[in-house]
Amino acid sequence: MNRKTWTFVVAGLLLALALAALVSPFASGDPDGLEKVAQDQGFIARESEEPAWKWSPWPDYWSESEDGLPTPLRKAAAGVIGTLLVFGVGYALARLAARRRASGA
Amino acid sequence: MHIPDGFISMPINVGAAVVSVSACAAALARTRAKMGDKQVPLVGLTSSFIFAAQMLNFPVAMGTSGHFLGALLAAALLGPLESCLILGVVLAIQCLLFADGGLLVLGTNVLNMGVVGGIGGWLVLAGLRAILPSSRSAFLGAVAVASWASVMLAAAACSAELVFSGVKPAGHVFSAMLGVHALIGIGEGLITTTVVAMVLASRPDLVAQAPRLAGASP
Repeated sequence: MNRKTWTFVVAGLLLALALAALVSPFASGDPDGLEKVAQDQGFIARESEEPAWKWSPWPDYWSESEDGLPTPLRKAAAGVIGTLLVFGVGYALARLAARRRASGA
Repeated sequence: MHIPDGFISMPINVGAAVVSVSACAAALARTRAKMGDKQVPLVGLTSSFIFAAQMLNFPVAMGTSGHFLGALLAAALLGPLESCLILGVVLAIQCLLFADGGLLVLGTNVLNMGVVGGIGGWLVLAGLRAILPSSRSAFLGAVAVASWASVMLAAAACSAELVFSGVKPAGHVFSAMLGVHALIGIGEGLITTTVVAMVLASRPDLVAQAPRLAGASP
């Protein structure tokens, strides 16, 4: 892969990180389309009290916590962690799949 | 449109998970067969951009917000199966790390947003490209319409699952879901078209679905 592509990827990743860190703390906190319909039509209560997966380290993008840190800061941090992790997982999956071809497997 | 656990019945979740896992496996097999060096980092980049942009809820109507989906963006840049895989990665991390969308319903969420949104939206894009002239503006117009359609298709799939899970009668769910997502889809169209136009301007060779546009030769 050439340098031009890497420049593009790094620039795009910086844009994604900027959105996650600087814009996401100011995103609308209103319910989204599905949540609103579920509230209006009275089926929001069907949501499981006990989720099947209860080990999320930063539920709701770390927007609520009692550690005294400002919420925008926590949400920005959650956004940066998530953006980098998603990049890593997406890249690694594609790399592994492409490499198996390269090795002839 | 991330469904929490409890809304959808388990048989639907299991069936949806089978379809979603198959689509992601097909995407990985295709990656092995034909993905070029350029596309590998683009999978990471598109995934991370979609994750970040999905955090940016924008207000659409009184007391309701919407957020970017990204399925048609991924399909336009990389292809329909790749879009399933990318949405699978994004939704899995949102579920496991940020409790956004349930785990039992993860396959259903991937089905709605990745498979139906990505492949369905891509079919709309391909159909529009077949009847429109192959110019840059016609392509961007097709991207705008197809990204709006991808949100509507995902919302329709979600509505059908809610109805078949016995949550509400079809008459209530479909009109409400499609009504609000018709507005959210406008945001989707604006964001997707802007990003695709930016990529076309800087690296046209990275837009897989625009191979024959003027100035887009690799």
